[in-house]
Amino acid sequence: MAGKPKVAFYWAASCGGCEIAVLEIREKILDLVQAVDIVFWPVAMDIKYKDVEAMEDGGIDVCFFNGAIRNTENEHMARLLRAKSRTLVAYGSCAHEGCIPGLANLSDREAIFDVVYKDTASTENGDDLVPQTRHEFAEGEVELPVFYNSVKTLGQTVPVDYFVPGCPPQADQTWAVFEAFVKGELPAPGSVIGAGEKTVCDECERVKEEKKVKEFFRIHEIIPDEKKCLLEQGIVCAGPATRSGCGGLCPMVNLPCRGCYGPPPEVVDQGAKLLSAVASVVDADTEEEARQIVSQIVDPIGTFYRFGLAASLLRRRKMK
Amino acid sequence: MAEKDFEPRIIAFLCNWCTYAAADVAGISRLKQPLNVDIIRVMCSGRVDPSFVLKGFLEGADGVIVFGCHPPGDCHYGEGNYKTFRRMPLLERLLEQYGIEEERFQWGWISAAEAPKWAELTRELTEKIKELGPLNWNSYLEESETKEA
Repeated sequence: MAGKPKVAFYWAASCGGCEIAVLEIREKILDLVQAVDIVFWPVAMDIKYKDVEAMEDGGIDVCFFNGAIRNTENEHMARLLRAKSRTLVAYGSCAHEGCIPGLANLSDREAIFDVVYKDTASTENGDDLVPQTRHEFAEGEVELPVFYNSVKTLGQTVPVDYFVPGCPPQADQTWAVFEAFVKGELPAPGSVIGAGEKTVCDECERVKEEKKVKEFFRIHEIIPDEKKCLLEQGIVCAGPATRSGCGGLCPMVNLPCRGCYGPPPEVVDQGAKLLSAVASVVDADTEEEARQIVSQIVDPIGTFYRFGLAASLLRRRKMK
Repeated sequence: MAEKDFEPRIIAFLCNWCTYAAADVAGISRLKQPLNVDIIRVMCSGRVDPSFVLKGFLEGADGVIVFGCHPPGDCHYGEGNYKTFRRMPLLERLLEQYGIEEERFQWGWISAAEAPKWAELTRELTEKIKELGPLNWNSYLEESETKEA
């Protein structure tokens, strides 16, 4: 590479937490800007889309793209940055597997617009106005991006070279990825980087004994024992079906793993695996008893696919 | 496709020791069965991972069923069918949230001695799913992901 490597950061449908996660490397950000040129980063620098469009194809060495694909603007930027970047990294859970925005796949555009612009108690919208994608003024025409029916991941939209999981990715993992990139030590394209190869259970230090659950609790219904495995206490913990790499942060503070690092290696559908793991610890000797116990899990998709619905096998709900 | 021409495709995960044997006997006994059921033999109904069922629907099945040995005592491995009845009720609820009609996913027990019950199940199931119509998950996905305003 001639000169310093050129790096871009972009956000699509996301909460902004991944941008903060980049800054969580703290003063090392100064080391980063010593080593690379940041050529595009809307949250931090005033560079317009047209400036990116003017760059030559492949002119960016690596782009860290966070956020899911929710609308035409997200998709346009995904395609644009794919063309301009030699290496495209899906950074964070939204780009990797849809994350929380992906839960909107339990609904569709019409149902979402109805809730947001019409049905909520605090909304007064007598004329039933919903956003239009074009509007003409005397001064000219303005356009809004088209809101899609489904949320897609970055990898379902354009080819992606690497995936960094996490909601958000942990700072030490982010730094390790930056280092690997600067030193040219990245693994084969297509890999998940900045994470482990095992499950969260593997790095969780809680005491694991026999798993036999008669009753499930939501986190506000119980004060869990601080040492014992949370799943053994009847709290649905995504540890058994989630990739390691975060250091088991949530269980460390008495909260169950929610699954943000996505499926472990070789697992295609995280939710199905978690469902399988959770159901297997149900201590029931008859079908009726099993039904009664699992009925305490209030929202199976929201629980098992909290971060991965858009990347799951079925991807979305079938609307009537 | 006109409703009357629709021939559903049903994937059946059957335990080697009970329901697969029942299906075998049903065939040997020449019990009348529709041609819509594709059987996948597994060693135990407790071995059926929920993702097999999801993958079935994704890849074009209009219905998926999982059948094994009657609990408590029929299981060849002691309590493999316990795994089944602990998982399947939760999977039913998951599929409901995915918007898949309950008739499209069934599970239960048919022993090796219940060949007529198997034949009856395949007939009933095929009729029910014919009434529901095709699921076509893949084309639904494609349509809903590309639909613009």
